[in-house]
Amino acid sequence: MIEVSNLSKTYKTGKETVTALSNINLSIRKGDIFGIIGFSGAGKSTLIRCLNRLEEPDTGRIVIGDTVITDLDDKELRLARRKIGMIFQHFNLLDSQTVFQNVAFPLSVAGHPKPYIREKVRALLALVGLEDKENVYPSMLSGGQKQRVGIARALVNDPDVLLSDEATSSLDPQTTYSILELLQDINAKLNLTIVLITHELDVLQHVCDRMAVIEYGSIAETGTVDKLFLQPESHTARRFVSIIDYYRDKRSIIEGFGAGI
Amino acid sequence: MRDDLLDLLWEGLKETLYMVAWSSVFALLIGIALGVTLVVTERNGILAAPTLNKIIGTLINGVRSLPFIILIVLLLPVARFVVGTSLGPTAAIVSLSIGAAPFLGRIIENSLKEVSSGKIEAAKAMGATPWTIIFRVLIPEALPALVRGITIAVIAITEFTAVAGAIGAGGLGSLAIRFGYQRFRVDILIATVIVIIALVQLIQFSGDGVARSILRRRRQL
Ligand SMILES: Nc1ncnc2c1ncn2[C@@H]1O[C@H](COP(=O)(O)OP(=O)(O)O)[C@@H](O)[C@H]1O
Ligand SMILES: [Mg+2]
Repeated sequence: MIEVSNLSKTYKTGKETVTALSNINLSIRKGDIFGIIGFSGAGKSTLIRCLNRLEEPDTGRIVIGDTVITDLDDKELRLARRKIGMIFQHFNLLDSQTVFQNVAFPLSVAGHPKPYIREKVRALLALVGLEDKENVYPSMLSGGQKQRVGIARALVNDPDVLLSDEATSSLDPQTTYSILELLQDINAKLNLTIVLITHELDVLQHVCDRMAVIEYGSIAETGTVDKLFLQPESHTARRFVSIIDYYRDKRSIIEGFGAGI
Repeated sequence: MRDDLLDLLWEGLKETLYMVAWSSVFALLIGIALGVTLVVTERNGILAAPTLNKIIGTLINGVRSLPFIILIVLLLPVARFVVGTSLGPTAAIVSLSIGAAPFLGRIIENSLKEVSSGKIEAAKAMGATPWTIIFRVLIPEALPALVRGITIAVIAITEFTAVAGAIGAGGLGSLAIRFGYQRFRVDILIATVIVIIALVQLIQFSGDGVARSILRRRRQL
């Protein structure tokens, strides 16, 4: 579904150049929830933003479905982006528009007729459980509700792919789980391919089928989520998993003493 | 005598309102074009064109660094060319519009810059054109700040109008100078000042009201 080959990206700020991605190769299967995990600054956002070319790659090739994203001109890219939904850590809803108008935005950009828009937006709001919030402005919503609006907006054009850049990172744990459940639900219902970036192992473990670990702008390892836990190879993966091991060991010691804390 | 004073004030106020209203409209049109162009042509803007950005920025700074009274004198030939005379309120509108437009351009640029880059990115990711982003994201999201900025600019234009009165533009400014300064009519001078202060207060009050009602509708207040 998504093929990334030899993708590289450097940022130039003044005299300095930062290599954000070097020679990334990735293959993501249709219908998977694919997790990309790494520490802060590893290059996760740059990678996912290259997929819809919010960031222009320096070199490399990106194919989504039948479309060679890296070959498109501006106009073709705008059309292709309609089929690539995206959700963000800070939701990025428009405060000047109601929930309905926010979700309708991609459809009116695409020039759909009003009755179609109304029907489609209502269906999406029902899917994310916000039927009753149609005429409310985003500032009245909780974080979790805002992200639901973000998800509805990202899905309203029936995309093939959903890109999620730390979409749960500013939510509390309980809300995080409800959003992750929603994503799983959507993935199953719509057979949507989801690329999910996170710095939280918990998120990865909860919803992802396969994963890639990114370290200093390179893919350090890929495989199933189970493999990451059972045989972590990269430095990053071992550090993530060792935190869990630490508490498991500690717990068994405490249990061994028969002490309750 | 009192009737005479009221008549003078009323005529002056009408001329001032005429100048302020039209100058504001024209300055606003030019200012929006300048401000939007400055924002979208920035290095990371949605229609990046750094050279154009530099040129416009330098022009704006140039015009803004001139004292307004000198600018009016410089623009007199332009006024004569556009309206056929360099005297009177209509001629002053030409100078006032051109003089205030760069100021408005900067104010509008600053308001638009407050819109988070994330919202613009989200619109891009949905396949929006730069045009759509300008009219459906940038301007509506910045609207309360825009209204506040424009209010400040209209008040500045009111002040400029009074200054323009000194060189024959008419309005309350020339009333204050002709009678208050040249003929020592302190009563007219004070009355003019009171009317100008009231006018400025009214503009500020209306601007605040509009901005607040937008925010209240969006439940951001
Ligand atoms: N617009 C930018 N300009 C300059 N450097 C950037 C920019 N965006 C990201 N970087 C740098 O690229 C590297 C990767 O950043 P990012 O992809 O945001 O990491 P992550 O999302 O994994 O935290 C970091 O070193 C970051 O400082
Ligand atoms: Mg990031």
